[in-house]
Amino acid sequence: MSSRERILGRVRRALAAAPQDDMPFEQAFSRDYLREHGERGVEQTVDLLAENLADYRAIVHRCTAADLAATIAGMLAARGSKTVVVPTGLDPGWLAEAETEQVPDRAESTPQELDRVDSVVTACAVAIAETGTIVLDGGPDQGRRRITLVPDHHICVVRVPDQVVSSVPQALERLDPARPLTWISGPSATSDIELDRVEGVHGPRTLEVVLVDGQASTEVTT
Amino acid sequence: MSGTFVGMPVFPPPAHPAFPQAAHEAVNNPTLRGNLRHATHTIRAKRAKAVAEVSDWAELREAGKRIKDHTLLHLDRYLEQVEESVTAAGGIVHWAADADEANRIVAGLVKETGESEVVKVKSMATQEIGLNEALEAEGIRAYETDLAELIVQLGKDRPSHILVPAIHRNRGEIRDIFTREMSEWGRPAPEGLTDTPAELAEAARLHLREKFLRAKVGISGANFVVAETGTLVVVESEGNGRMCLTLPETLISVVGIEKIVPTWRDLEVFLQTLPRSSTAERMNPYTSTWTGTTDEDGPKTFHLVLLDNGRSDTLADEVGRQALRCIRCSACLNVCPVYERAGGHAYGSVYPGPIGAILSPQLRGTASEIDASLPYASSLCGACYEVCPVAIDIPEVLVHLRERVVQGGPVTREGNKVVLKPAKGHAAERAAMRAARWAFARPGALRTGQRLASRTRRFHPRTLPGPGGAWSDTRDLPPVPAEPFRDWWQRTQGQNGGNGDRGAAK
Repeated sequence: MSSRERILGRVRRALAAAPQDDMPFEQAFSRDYLREHGERGVEQTVDLLAENLADYRAIVHRCTAADLAATIAGMLAARGSKTVVVPTGLDPGWLAEAETEQVPDRAESTPQELDRVDSVVTACAVAIAETGTIVLDGGPDQGRRRITLVPDHHICVVRVPDQVVSSVPQALERLDPARPLTWISGPSATSDIELDRVEGVHGPRTLEVVLVDGQASTEVTT
Repeated sequence: MSGTFVGMPVFPPPAHPAFPQAAHEAVNNPTLRGNLRHATHTIRAKRAKAVAEVSDWAELREAGKRIKDHTLLHLDRYLEQVEESVTAAGGIVHWAADADEANRIVAGLVKETGESEVVKVKSMATQEIGLNEALEAEGIRAYETDLAELIVQLGKDRPSHILVPAIHRNRGEIRDIFTREMSEWGRPAPEGLTDTPAELAEAARLHLREKFLRAKVGISGANFVVAETGTLVVVESEGNGRMCLTLPETLISVVGIEKIVPTWRDLEVFLQTLPRSSTAERMNPYTSTWTGTTDEDGPKTFHLVLLDNGRSDTLADEVGRQALRCIRCSACLNVCPVYERAGGHAYGSVYPGPIGAILSPQLRGTASEIDASLPYASSLCGACYEVCPVAIDIPEVLVHLRERVVQGGPVTREGNKVVLKPAKGHAAERAAMRAARWAFARPGALRTGQRLASRTRRFHPRTLPGPGGAWSDTRDLPPVPAEPFRDWWQRTQGQNGGNGDRGAAK
């Protein structure tokens, strides 16, 4: 007997005496919890996102679509970044004013090569206000998972209010489980020393989030 | 590489002493008690605050409980669905009935890659099966990459907490371990390392980075597996999980069969309750989800090892199966007065604290001294039940398991129904209960006994003789009244023609 059959057999015997209901799962139980917490307008939701991002030590910037290129260029310059990884589908306009050398996200790059790059700029798939979370889904303007992991400085652009949802349930509705997802809430951290939170372990130690208002550009590659 | 490797302990540990003996050393260690008290009280207050932020906590908790219960009651169906969906997404599914089989499968998969080292995400399942030792025996070195696991591995120590395995170490001890041991394993600790947590975290970052960058095989567990989509979820803080899940070419995930949730949507419950219950955050810094493999992003090969190792036996117990709802948040450890004083090592298992006290004796059976003693490692105060985000009634299961230890009875072991004998060491308790049953069934004998006890009360000792002494060492014996209650009632109420039993019978 294979282990598969053995385990399934044990499970079936264990449940033989249990009450069997064939009612579909979603009918069998009601989800009495809230879809979101509190009532907020669009503006307030974006404010809450900014507040919660900052609470977990992300650096938050707000700008208009027209100022985005200058804002990003300023952030890279202030950081002193010499190189920046760029996802293949990122709007080229976003980095139009940056003088930093651009390194394309390529399948052939080794982790060691990535480790020598100073910064990375990406878009995101969705942002969650209640938890201060940005979610990346590996889309063309976000790139492979590792490019937002190995470099020490991540700049993530969130188009507000379109990409902002209030809550975790609303975020899951928008996301495609078939894609590899990375949920990011602040820079990497640990509570392993005396259960005290320390920011900055293996992932980027600096997370900067740009909330860009009224993103008019429709030329984002998909 | 040097030969000093000592990884996580094998589960179960050889001949671990019973809980009271094991706890004895810990409660007499003021440093350990100080460390534990500081850490558990810090996290307790933070958790309460994080939970208070969501007004529907009770509903989320109930939903979490019901989702898990539903899954467990249809586990065969969901296991097959997981196999199907993971396979469809490009993953390879393996089944392991016990620890040995899981270790054999993983060692074989690593060998197939031709590699002799792996990086590991913190995973309770792989600790439970003693994977690191099994790999070491096959010439494969496993590097723990979670900061706390690294502290434990470098310190040749044992984990003492589910979430923070090095909770028993304070910052000074961690600095000493890093300074002493890091050079044995790779990049040494920086010169002049101090004990500030930020510097310690930086030392770990530097030490582990070279290992991440060259790793070809990653090993993980998973917090959740979604049956409908075949998606695995790993919830973490440091980014070591992301490193292990995305940089290597091969990923092997060892996952207990109870980790399944039916639908993608179910994550909306647990991604709200787990971070708040474990690290007391609105959301943990990083959550990774993956479904099979993705072209040109992350590992090219993905193996899922579904692990039973006592879980189906636990499922067979109607009362005890609720322990399988556990999402390993460790909130119950942080509020437990026994854990706070005894520490995690006394539980003799990778699952310490209240949840360990009900999980280990079910996964491993109650044959060993430690497992038979674990259901007693509790004052039944109920704080663990109160904080549990999936509403596991831990006190109920503890009492149930105590009954099993004392009285024996039918249980399932490795899929077979067996009848346990009553445990040794409870003979006096059983004799006392038998005597009580005899006396309570015979009112005349009870009356005579009570009167005799009252009349001889001046001669009663203050402590019990013989083995009973252990009980009365820390407790006062209840004083025997000058007159039995029934005599008093009859004297004061019965003769006044009141509502006494005699009066009513007239």
